[in-house]
Parts: sequence; structure tokens; C-alpha cells
Amino acid sequence: MSTLTRIAKTEMRLMLRDAASAFFGVVFPGLLLVTLALVLPGFRDVIDDPEAPAELIGVRPVDIYVPVVLALAIATVGLTILPAYLAGYREQGVLRRLSTTPAAPRDLLGAQVLVNLGFLTVGSLIAVLAGGIAFDVDWPSNVPALILAFALATVASFGIGLVIAAVVPSARVASGVGSIIYFPMLFFAGVWTPGAAMPDTARSVADLTPIGAAAEAMADAWSGAWPGALHLAVLTGWAVVAGFAAARLFRWE
Amino acid sequence: MPIIEVENLHKRYGSTVAVDDVSFTVEQGEIFGILGRNGAGKTTTVECVEGLRAPDGGTVRVLALDPRRDRAELTRRLGAQLQQSALQERLKVREAIELYASFYERPADGDELIEVLGLADKLDVQYRKLSGGQKQRLSIALALIGDPEVAVLDELTSGLDPQARRDTWELIERVRDRGVTIVLVTHFMDEAERLCDRLALIDSGRTVAIDTPRDLVQRVDSEQSLRFRPTADFDDELLLRLPDVTGVSRAHGEVIVAGTGNVISSVITTLATVEVVADNLRVERANLEDAFVALTGQGFDTEPSRG
Repeated sequence: MSTLTRIAKTEMRLMLRDAASAFFGVVFPGLLLVTLALVLPGFRDVIDDPEAPAELIGVRPVDIYVPVVLALAIATVGLTILPAYLAGYREQGVLRRLSTTPAAPRDLLGAQVLVNLGFLTVGSLIAVLAGGIAFDVDWPSNVPALILAFALATVASFGIGLVIAAVVPSARVASGVGSIIYFPMLFFAGVWTPGAAMPDTARSVADLTPIGAAAEAMADAWSGAWPGALHLAVLTGWAVVAGFAAARLFRWE
Repeated sequence: MPIIEVENLHKRYGSTVAVDDVSFTVEQGEIFGILGRNGAGKTTTVECVEGLRAPDGGTVRVLALDPRRDRAELTRRLGAQLQQSALQERLKVREAIELYASFYERPADGDELIEVLGLADKLDVQYRKLSGGQKQRLSIALALIGDPEVAVLDELTSGLDPQARRDTWELIERVRDRGVTIVLVTHFMDEAERLCDRLALIDSGRTVAIDTPRDLVQRVDSEQSLRFRPTADFDDELLLRLPDVTGVSRAHGEVIVAGTGNVISSVITTLATVEVVADNLRVERANLEDAFVALTGQGFDTEPSRG
């Protein structure tokens, strides 16, 4: 077993011991979907209100909400859990302690990214399965497109998380900065108002944010299409810029 | 050949000089102490030895390696205990030992370290639930888990209770007896005096003296002083006539005699001639702290070492 694998196994155990990261990383997206579908009136009924935006007529809110929940999952892990852990590890000297051993601090960084990726994947699968099984939401029609959009959005979100971890002095500040970015991202993803129902200005801003573009791109993939050029370009741009910035800025001490 | 060679080490942080000019060598199998008050540059010095920091001037060689360039090789052969570093909050003692042991090709016996360091009943306790002393002991265990040729221990016994300190000293001596070279950073005088074969005194970023603890104390060449309660009164002149005696004073019913050489035996013999016995006799002589003060010209303003 390589050092990275061993540290990743340890980190997975530690993050599962931490109720908050286990809950928000793995359970939250599926639970949110199920709760909204059960609690909100009309969430499982086909929209037939002639006043509603054309894109929404004939579908149920729960149908369009699954990609939104996946975007939320990507934002939760990348913008809140990952930066808080890494900034904490640097603040407490965990990375520094490791740098005096043959294991490198980058192994711990890599392990954190892997474990968060694992949490995100499992949490997203739970959400998709919950929608499909409990509420008869269609399975995604264009799986390769969905995976592409999901992967680009994940790189962008983790990259932004790493940049936060790189520039803040402590875990607390990382959580604070993460939240300031996280909640607007949830809005742009359509957690409160799905993209199709957003005011035009809000929607054009959402199209440029990594999580908003991710939600739209995944919704396209769900219906069988390929994501639009704009959303793919936005996701790729964020992934590249955040990835490089994280690599340049990250400090070990 | 020396295990560690530090020559004219210089390190700045911005405009602050942390280490001005420090030089010393450490030989195979010795316990070498780096003693100085807080902020003297001790930690920065050993961080350069460990390869954690790049010197701004001078050279550092450890096991004939350049700590920065040959970092990967050095981490396999040097174990470090850092002053300010923690482990993951929810990591259990057993997991920490096993994880760190897995980083090395031929690790030391983790069970033995756990036993000696008194952590056997804490194996399933998470790091955040350990006391300060237990964290410190785990940190020592992790510094030694790689069975290193050199161990650098920064503030080894801070936060330990007196019994744990003595146990730790014994452990360090046993590790040294296995041939491990040990560098000990400390501001505890008693620890330095008890444990170190040789010491470097560092003050304001410079090496002030390097010697055995005993020779450092002798350099100060201070007088001894005797305190006792005489069983009968006598004339001070009696003692002042003795060549070894330099002064006599009285306080709280006690006589204090300052002197050099054989002052103890000559005072006792002389008192016997007038049938006076020196009750409750105590001899006070210079210790490492006096030597430190004399060599640096300043008081030692950190925690007292005796107590």
C-alpha cells in the first residue's frame, strides 16, 4: 500500500468520526431532496400553471431538483469541508509534523482530496438513487455528459476550496470565507429558485458561476442533451484558473 | 566524523535576525543540548538542522547530507519532535503510531515505545482527548518510531509532570545507549545538567559557549558558600583568619561563610577546636544557571529550572 493510500484510509476514518463532515458530505444532498419532496406542497406534482416559465411546464419540481442537489453537493464538499480541514491541518501544524517524516505533506493534501471526492461521489449517488427510487425521477439520459459536467464542476469547486485553504490563516476563517462563497453559490445553483424561474439578470450571473453553470449543465445532461458551450466554457475556465491558483498559492506552513 | 556540523548559521525573518552566528558540531552517540532563553534562536537553529528552513548564511550538514537538498534521505534517518505541531484531532494513539511507523522501512518497536512512554492505556483515545503531557509523550514516540540515527527533540519535557520528566530522561538515555545521537533543545537547566553530554549556550542568536555541563559551571569559578547553625557562639575572626575563607556573615541565627578551595573542611575542623558543631550544614555552589548568567551577562528570565 502506498503512503498516499494509507493516509487516505486514515483520513476517511477521521472524517467519518466527524459527524458534521460525514453528514454534510454524504447524507445532506439526498436528505434535502427527500425532505423537500415530502414536505413542500406541489413538489411532486406536474407544473401546469400557464403563468410558469415555459421550460417548467409539464415537469415536477422534484425532477428538476436532482441536478440542483448534485451542484449543491459539489459546493458543500469543495467550498466548506475541504478548505476547513486543510486550513486546520496547516494551522495546527499537522502538515509541518508530517514534513519531518518520509511522507510528504502533499500526501495528506492528496488524501484529503481523495476522501472528499469519495464522500461527494457517494453522497451524489445516494441523492440520484433516492430521487429515482422514491419519487420516480428519470435516470440521467446522457451519462457521459453528466459525468463531464460533474467532473469539471468538482475540479472548479475543489480548486476554489484549495485556494481558500491556501490564503486563510485558520480553519475558522476558512469556514467563514467558505460560507460567504457557499450560500450565494447555492442560490445560483437554484436551491431556492430553479434556474428557469430565476429573474433574467440573476440567471445570467448564475451562468457565469461554477456551481450555477454546473447545475444547468447537469440539467441539460439529464434531459439527454449536451451542456451548452457557455456552461462548458465557464466550468472549464473555473477549473483551470482555480486549479492553477491553488497549486501556486498553497503553503505548507 | 561529526554527525551534525553547523557553521556560522545565519537566519533572518524579514528584518528580524533569528539566528545571527551559530556554530557547533555533534558527535556520534552523544546527547547534545542547545540551551538558551525563549527567543534566543534555538528552535530556528534546529529547524535548519531538520531541513524545515533554509539558512540565509553558513552551512549545515547532518549525516553528511545537506538538510535542504537531501531532504528525502534525511527524513528517513532523522526523527524530529517539533515544539508547535499537533496531530489530527480525531486520530487515536494507536492509529498515529501505526501510521507513522508505516512511513519507514524499518520502524522501531511501537509497542515498546508505547509501554515506556506510559501510553499503553491510551491506545484508543483520540488525540484531542489527550492531556498536554500525553500529547507530548506521543510526540516523543513519533519522533523515535522511525528508529532514527539522529533525534532532534525540541522542548522535550515541557508540560510533563516531574515523574514523567524523569521517565522521559531515562528513555532518552536508553535511546542514546543504542547509539542514537540526540539533540535536545531546552530552557530547563536541570534537564540540561542531568541529561546532556555537551551543551551549546545560545544567546541572542549567537553561540556563547560549548562545553560539558560540568566544565561550563567550572568556568564561572564562583565561590562556594556554607550555611550552618552553630551549636555555640564563636568569634567570626576565628574563621576570617583561615586562608580559604573570604567572608563571614550572619542572618536569622545562621552563619554564612563564603570561600574557595577546601573551605568546607577547614571551617569544620576549626570550629571543632572551639567545640562548636556546624548544625544543619548546607553547601551552595554554582550551578548551570549561575554559569548561564555569568556567560550571557543576563538573568534567565524564563521559568525557574529548580522547583
